[in-house]
Amino acid sequence: MELQSLIYLFVGASFALYIGIAIWSKAGSTSEFYVAGGGVHPVANGMATAADWMSAASFISLAGIVSLLGRDSGAYLMGWTGGYVLLAMLLAPYLRKFGKFTVPDFVGDRYYSDVARTVAVVCVIFVSFTYVAGQMRGVGIVFSRFLQVDINTGVVIGMGIVFIYAVLGGMKGITYTQVAQYCVLIVAYTIPAIFLSLQVTGDFLPQLGFGGTIDFAFDNGVREIPAGTYVLHALDQSFKDLGFSIAYTEGRAGVWNTFLLTVALMCGTAGLPHVIVRFFTVPTVRDARISAGWALLFIAILYTVCPAVGAFARLNLIKNTQNIEYAAWTQECSATQASALAAAQDNPAVDAARVDCAGQWFKTWENSGLLAWMDKNGDGKIQIANGAAFKGKPAFDGDKRGPNGERLLTNEVVAAPAGQAIENEVYFDRDIIVLANPEIASLPNWVIALVAAGGLAAALSTAAGLLLVISSSISHDLLGRVIYKDEATGKSKLTDGQELMAARVAAAVAIGVAGYLGINPPAFVAQVVAFAFGLAAASFFPVIINGIFDKRMNKEGAIAGMAVGLAFTFIYIVLNVFVDKSGTFTMFGIKATGIGTIGMALHFVVAYFVSRATAAPPVEIQEMVENIRIPRGAGAASAH
Amino acid sequence: MEEQKAQAYWQENIRTIMQLLVVWFVVSYGCGVLFVDLLDTIAFGGFKLGFWFAQQGSIYVFLVLIFVYAKRMNAIDEKYDVHE
Repeated sequence: MELQSLIYLFVGASFALYIGIAIWSKAGSTSEFYVAGGGVHPVANGMATAADWMSAASFISLAGIVSLLGRDSGAYLMGWTGGYVLLAMLLAPYLRKFGKFTVPDFVGDRYYSDVARTVAVVCVIFVSFTYVAGQMRGVGIVFSRFLQVDINTGVVIGMGIVFIYAVLGGMKGITYTQVAQYCVLIVAYTIPAIFLSLQVTGDFLPQLGFGGTIDFAFDNGVREIPAGTYVLHALDQSFKDLGFSIAYTEGRAGVWNTFLLTVALMCGTAGLPHVIVRFFTVPTVRDARISAGWALLFIAILYTVCPAVGAFARLNLIKNTQNIEYAAWTQECSATQASALAAAQDNPAVDAARVDCAGQWFKTWENSGLLAWMDKNGDGKIQIANGAAFKGKPAFDGDKRGPNGERLLTNEVVAAPAGQAIENEVYFDRDIIVLANPEIASLPNWVIALVAAGGLAAALSTAAGLLLVISSSISHDLLGRVIYKDEATGKSKLTDGQELMAARVAAAVAIGVAGYLGINPPAFVAQVVAFAFGLAAASFFPVIINGIFDKRMNKEGAIAGMAVGLAFTFIYIVLNVFVDKSGTFTMFGIKATGIGTIGMALHFVVAYFVSRATAAPPVEIQEMVENIRIPRGAGAASAH
Repeated sequence: MEEQKAQAYWQENIRTIMQLLVVWFVVSYGCGVLFVDLLDTIAFGGFKLGFWFAQQGSIYVFLVLIFVYAKRMNAIDEKYDVHE
């Protein structure tokens, strides 16, 4: 079947599945809307958590980050998985025993303070919107590339789908669609990876192929790399030959910054509200513990495959494009060329990726603006090496084409560093590593269609989880527990039905705002990710840990800790990223991405001293802490 | 008595978590960050050992840690008769 029809088929079938599940699992009460009635099986919750957690960024960008950063990317790989160890041991079981609906619920009740509750609500909303804008953008990118509609139409279609199952089904609908979305996204991620691993190393498992040897010899432009070389050695050697200052398996970020970044990502992960809230949906404390293990298992499948994909992709890029003649390689296949290409794909002695007309993917991605080639030495061949080909992102000269058929650029040329044998001529956006990988490796069409459906599943599942957290913190925490609080009883004046309606309206409004942010993304989307993790690490993580492990922690300590941690982290990131755009403002050379760790340390210190200088929390609060430490008696999550 | 039992349960819980978190720290921050250059001098198949810990090994260890934790905590719950 044609590639385009296959993509429509795969994406359409997956959407029909999600909507079907939403109708089947419509929420009837606030308990079902917020925490799926607290009856989700731990394995199902593990899958839903994995889909919730693995966003468009994990699916589309992570392998690109790994491929670009080499060993330094370990901070992301460890940070985004190691947080689950903290979550399993320090947060999930106790919060499940506490048995409420939201993270602000815990903060407000444990610290007997509506100020603390409101601060928590504001943080939840800020962190979640930061994230959701990126998801909607991811949906737009996948739509525009694979379905050939424009990005904005893609965002609107994505909003429509999320609207149906998040507003209708709430947490219950989201949970079961996330289980389905996990299956789609993990299959879509691993199948191309297995193909790649087989192609490059002959090993079935990418995790083993990563440490395996290459099945082919190739010319990296400077020397011939013989078959039987280890993948990573081939990469290291090629990096050295092509002028990179460090090899693929060497680090440049420095121990101190890598350490701080890893801590911030781990504690941020454990403190993200949309992840924490998933553990409110399982029936017991015991289930909450094991469910974190299942979640990490399902996440680890992607996270251990990803570095292999990054390495294979980098190797393939050098092998397939170095010194290839652009015009012949990217032309449309004539009938004879098409049969020659097919014959080459069946003949292991020929590198099918380099024969005439095998490189049409290069032109497709050039058209999308994520890839660009500037023939700096005028030889009509592509050269790839260290350094930027030209200044900044590609600025194409309208639709004008150069002598080889390449899109012309108006960018200022950047000369190669002195003494470098080969000059780099290629710009590639890191996002194409996953999206274009199947094409780069000339895999069958259905694999490409699968990747499109997988990217959408990853973006939609995370967006839905975030939107639910936003809507429940507005309807439940802000409306129910602060604005419409009955002063006499301390409970909400809203009936369950009214609150459910408020939650649905809040979800609908949140989807609208998220869509707006997706269509008009703030220019700083990439930088605000540092915000999301930094703020979660400096606020939620320590405030919850103190609430469980320090019985003496009181309202004053918690509020002072949150205020100091948040203010410090916020101001540092603003100064470092926004005010001083060159990024030269630092204290002790700390980067904005790792500053949440320092904010968290300040939070702990301030909270400790303030709490010890003020009165102990009331007896009933201390009893509550005693109670959440013991598993027995965890009933269904309830509002009161 | 009840209170003493609750205290003992909590102590044992903390001890278990601490032991597992030491492993967690050594594997990720130790092998993957602080001593990564040192470990990179050791070859591990086609990998350098430090690189492998940073990109693969630590994730496998995290996974084992959570399942060990869940199993040990369930046993401790039963021992102190606080299970659900």
